[in-house]
Amino acid sequence: MNPYVPVLIMLFLAAATAAGMIAATTWIGPKKKFADKMEPFECGESPIVNPKQRFSVKFYLVALFFVIFDIETVFVYPWAVLFRELNWFGFVEMMIFIFILAVGLIYVWRRGALEWD
Amino acid sequence: MEQVMSSISLSAIAPELVLVACGLIVLMIQAVFGSRFRDSFAYVSLLGIGGAAFLVLTSPGAFESKIVEYSFCDMWVVDNFSRFFKLIFLIGTGLTLLISLRYLDNEAMQHSEYYALMLLCTVGMMVMASAAELITIFLGVELMSISLYALAGYTRSRMMSNEAAIKYFILGSFASGFLIYGIALIYGTTGTSQIPAIARYLAQAGAGAAVLVMGMALLIIGFGFKTASVPFHMWAPDVYEGAPAPVTGFMSAGPKAAAFAAFVRIFMEALPTLQTDWIMVIWLIAVLTMTVGNIIALVQENIKRMLAYSSIAHAGYVLVAFLAAGELGLTSILYYMLAYTFMNIGAFAVITMLAGAGETRVKVEDYRGVGYKHPVAALAMSLFLFSLAGIPPTGGFMGKFYIFSAAVKQGYIWLAIIGVLNSVVSVYYYLRVTVAMYMQAPEKDEDVPAASALSPALVVAIFISAYGVLSLGLFPSTYVAMVKESFLSFL
Repeated sequence: MNPYVPVLIMLFLAAATAAGMIAATTWIGPKKKFADKMEPFECGESPIVNPKQRFSVKFYLVALFFVIFDIETVFVYPWAVLFRELNWFGFVEMMIFIFILAVGLIYVWRRGALEWD
Repeated sequence: MEQVMSSISLSAIAPELVLVACGLIVLMIQAVFGSRFRDSFAYVSLLGIGGAAFLVLTSPGAFESKIVEYSFCDMWVVDNFSRFFKLIFLIGTGLTLLISLRYLDNEAMQHSEYYALMLLCTVGMMVMASAAELITIFLGVELMSISLYALAGYTRSRMMSNEAAIKYFILGSFASGFLIYGIALIYGTTGTSQIPAIARYLAQAGAGAAVLVMGMALLIIGFGFKTASVPFHMWAPDVYEGAPAPVTGFMSAGPKAAAFAAFVRIFMEALPTLQTDWIMVIWLIAVLTMTVGNIIALVQENIKRMLAYSSIAHAGYVLVAFLAAGELGLTSILYYMLAYTFMNIGAFAVITMLAGAGETRVKVEDYRGVGYKHPVAALAMSLFLFSLAGIPPTGGFMGKFYIFSAAVKQGYIWLAIIGVLNSVVSVYYYLRVTVAMYMQAPEKDEDVPAASALSPALVVAIFISAYGVLSLGLFPSTYVAMVKESFLSFL
């Protein structure tokens, strides 16, 4: 038998138990609904505004920049590990890559995308 | 490591490097100097296009020998097939830039981003034409598509343009998903993503695996979307209608040709052993694409939308040539894509010229009386429309002639008959514009649209397109010789 089968059975049992408890209390348990009870229970501030608000598009812009420059790091780490083996070839290649990203950064900065207001 | 370094060949990607450099330079000009040198954007971009075309034409052995050069660990291939397609893309982009000069001024959108996106989009298309490996092709598809999504929404104050960009982006990403899934399944069965290696594997192991056929089917869906073939065409009319007119012309020529370039390379080189599986599917898609495109185009009132459906129909004709395969079929694909680039971008040049601020004059009825007020433009427009309809002595006629004769020679008689019938149907809606231009009077003389985007550059673009359409129709032998050098240099 595949050694993972017991794990799967265990997983299934755990999930079924958890789901079963929730389902059982939902079906069997008594329900008395009143206004206070419908509020978030003992977990933080009571809500003052509707949470379904629109966010400023600027947040997405910042997130996008983060992703772009985060990718840079993803490439730089393996390069740093192999730096000695890659030698000058790797150095030049990485400098070209960083140069292109720097052009992007200058563009973003000069076009005012980094300013919040 | 040594192997990686020795396979790097900068001369093989020189045209692409030039375009990327020009794109970055254009961006930097605006970033550093602001809008002071905004006139230079177009010059730098056109210089880049010219330089790239020069490099393509002068690369060793161009259009003379059938040498196929692999580089970058066999991920990149330079052959006449890719060179020919690169020239088509560069012509398309160059003409589009000439058309859009005054248009962007009128819309007060003369920004470096437009040029940078155009150039990067062209690089993406060139990568698609030159990639010898599935992931690299996907990279090209994405570079091209992402630039196009942004270009479709370039006139950002216009709701239609925004809608076009969002629709194109969502549906396009979805289609890219199909493409990458297909690539994954093919990689899963063959153990390689390199096109020649896949072909070698399939020649040895046979092509019975169901997973492989599924991967192929997903690729057909992905490329079907990128070429706007029925039933994956739904995005095209809305996107073509909403995008700025020069971008629409660009989008319906270059990227479509690029998708066909990659499509042909993958299917003819990597998966020829699966031909029996794909023939029926593509046959059906070709018939549907031609018929649906032409019939829906009949009732369109918006000329951009009409040309969108016409563009769908033209993808169908190219699929006929794709099915015919062989020497004749593939040469006719190359020939047709070149002719289509000239005639379609030419038609969009006239549309751009007459569209007016905010593109308000794009109905067929707006063209009433244009023949008398703008005789040269109307003549050129008629030429392009005749060519799209496939009436001699134009490039469109010769292209269709080659396609249908290839289909008949390969025994696809019915396909050729359906194709010719479709051409007949298409004449009606193309000529409707000509009839409006020459034979119908507007209610008031002021109703004839002014040539608001007219500029010397636009005139040059129209003349180049007209020259291309006519010379492809009158002297096909020069082009056929070039095409014969380029077709199938990978087989």
